Amino acid sequence: MKLTVEHVTTYVYDQPVRGVVQSHRLLPTQCQNQSVERWNVTVSDGMMGGSFRDGAGDQVQAWTVTGPVERIEVRVTGVVTTTDCAGVLRGNRELIPPVAWLGETGPTMPDSGLKALAAGASGETALPLAHDLSARVSEAIAYTPGATDAHTTAAEALEQGQGVCQDHAHALIACARLRALPARYVSGYLFTDSDGTGHEAAHAWAEIWIEGLGWVGFDPANACCPDERYIRLGCGADAAAAAPIRGIARGPGSERMEIAVAIASAQQ
Amino acid sequence: MTNYFNEMMENGAVRAPYAHLQGWVDQMPAELRNLKQAEAEALFRRIGITFAVYGEGGDPDRLIPFDMFPRVFSGQEWSRLERGIKQRARALNAFLADVYDRGEIVRAGRLPAKLVYLNEAYEKAVAGIRPPKGVYSHIVGIDLVRTGPDDFFVLEDNCRTPSGVSYMLENREIMMRMFPELFAQNSIQPVEAYPEILRRTLASVAPEKCDSEPNVVILTPGHFNSAYYEHSFLADMMGVELVEGQDLFVEGEFVWMRTTEGPRKVDVIYRRIDDAFLDPLCFRPDSMLGVPGLMDVYRSGGVSICSAPGAGVADDKAVYTFVPEMVRFYLGEEPILQNVPTWQCARGDECKYVLENLGELVVKEVHGSGGYGMLVGPKSTKEQIEAFRAKIEADPDNYIAQPTLALSTVPSFVEEGVAPRHVDLRPYCLVGERIELVPGGLTRVALREGSLVVNSSQGGGVKDTWVLAE
Repeated sequence: MKLTVEHVTTYVYDQPVRGVVQSHRLLPTQCQNQSVERWNVTVSDGMMGGSFRDGAGDQVQAWTVTGPVERIEVRVTGVVTTTDCAGVLRGNRELIPPVAWLGETGPTMPDSGLKALAAGASGETALPLAHDLSARVSEAIAYTPGATDAHTTAAEALEQGQGVCQDHAHALIACARLRALPARYVSGYLFTDSDGTGHEAAHAWAEIWIEGLGWVGFDPANACCPDERYIRLGCGADAAAAAPIRGIARGPGSERMEIAVAIASAQQ
Repeated sequence: MTNYFNEMMENGAVRAPYAHLQGWVDQMPAELRNLKQAEAEALFRRIGITFAVYGEGGDPDRLIPFDMFPRVFSGQEWSRLERGIKQRARALNAFLADVYDRGEIVRAGRLPAKLVYLNEAYEKAVAGIRPPKGVYSHIVGIDLVRTGPDDFFVLEDNCRTPSGVSYMLENREIMMRMFPELFAQNSIQPVEAYPEILRRTLASVAPEKCDSEPNVVILTPGHFNSAYYEHSFLADMMGVELVEGQDLFVEGEFVWMRTTEGPRKVDVIYRRIDDAFLDPLCFRPDSMLGVPGLMDVYRSGGVSICSAPGAGVADDKAVYTFVPEMVRFYLGEEPILQNVPTWQCARGDECKYVLENLGELVVKEVHGSGGYGMLVGPKSTKEQIEAFRAKIEADPDNYIAQPTLALSTVPSFVEEGVAPRHVDLRPYCLVGERIELVPGGLTRVALREGSLVVNSSQGGGVKDTWVLAE
């Protein structure tokens, strides 16, 4: 499937800041699931910093903006051709061994609710177990925009039974790790039909390590595995570590952020 | 009664390295000694070097006791130690380069994967990033104890930012000022070159993108830090800038330092702050001590950070057990320095031995530090031992045990005159383009009679450490 991406993030500061530093995971993963035809990232008034490929295979690009500046626009445009690999991440070159993704972080810290959810899942082998875990998370947390925020933990989202894709992913990661399956957070884009059933185009899901298969994506928010509608950008132990844009502004004052994402199928 | 090795006296005779010191002590009347001791204390006060050694905390304004009686190694004793220390520093760096690359030692089954990759000090953020010259730990502080003429054991490795080297330099400075005649009688190898060698070592690991004379800085958390004195001392001695996070910023591909003449590029950062605080963009978002964006500059080869983020995975207590294995695996050599024998309670047969011999052993928590959650068998009551037995049985994985070591003694000045006191040693090995070790280190001494605890928070002091020319 050929997908076009237009993703604009605007930061507005209520008073001019002295400078901004950002770290981007905004390049599609180099893997067999997708190939980039065209890709461009710009930062208004930005100066490109260093770039490198990290141990999980993500391409990271640093940017700085020298102030005073009141408004910054990060614009991503591109065209990607995707292939359905039945959820399996294929051909991503990475160094970090799966076992390293068993460790907990703050947002994925298990509590009694998550432990009970994880313990209830069944499966004779890792793959059916992972599917069952994902199904249980889908069921336990209803997709409810606005019910949670960026700092909500998996335990909190499960407790209130509501959340968005970030909460689904965190909860599944916590449960998988409880069942000794390495798991991580993936950020990317999702193409959804115009019938209004889709979730946000800037999307997130989880990957679980299945011995023999490799990293397999699970999207509990949509109760499916990633297919050709998904574009993968990068991964991390949790949402903060996998964020497409991490940034800090130097200076007082507060920041307002607006995101506009449009993913379209180029074949129509 | 344990027989402790006395480094000065053996079978009633003075050992060769100490030959000139017997006369020195004999000829020093008590009044002169007291006068000298007071002078030494005044000098330390004037310099401003106070209590906190090895980040132990305690009253920051208290002086750490300085014992004027030096500790002496012969050139021959030192050369074996030197080979052992350098070997260990090489192996530790090879291990770090490996675990942030393909992890061959784990693949080969020589070290458990979880011990490395689920270790708190393992940083995913630096996997696949090769630092300049492949060096991760540029200053390796190896804590050693001695139990006999040729018997040295490594207590622990310090691969991050070992402190205390300012004591090594100041102790020497003060001894030379107070007892110049000793330095005329004994041919003592100098340690004064340490700051210059450190500067050279740091400059030798400048990043690829640095195309001029490297600008080296020391990054300190600030004056409230217990080791701040040492940070400013080393900056002075090396002739480099001492900076705090707020003095640095990232622009484009580099890190810059604010100066009165405008921004100046920084090439090598000798950081004395922990990984977690280095860069709020990569690690703890609430850190005010670090530099936003620093890690991206580091990972893309724009700046060097010494020690490399993630170096701590090599000096973990549980990883320590495997250092001799690292020496064999990476260097194909037999370890020159031995580890203290360690029983892992996680292993059934070893746990059985530990439980049967609690009265003679020291039992520690695997991830504990600072002497908490520790049992010193020979110094404990029956009740304490039984209470600890229950804790081990409940959670054996969490405990390791070691024999109570008969730490060597060195004569020391005490109230009644001169008496043997137990000591340890921390030499500072520098690793850059070359591996170098100044002949000396920091000797800590347990000034309380019979005490085996050299920690300054528990009555420990320091001594000048001499290595004689061969």
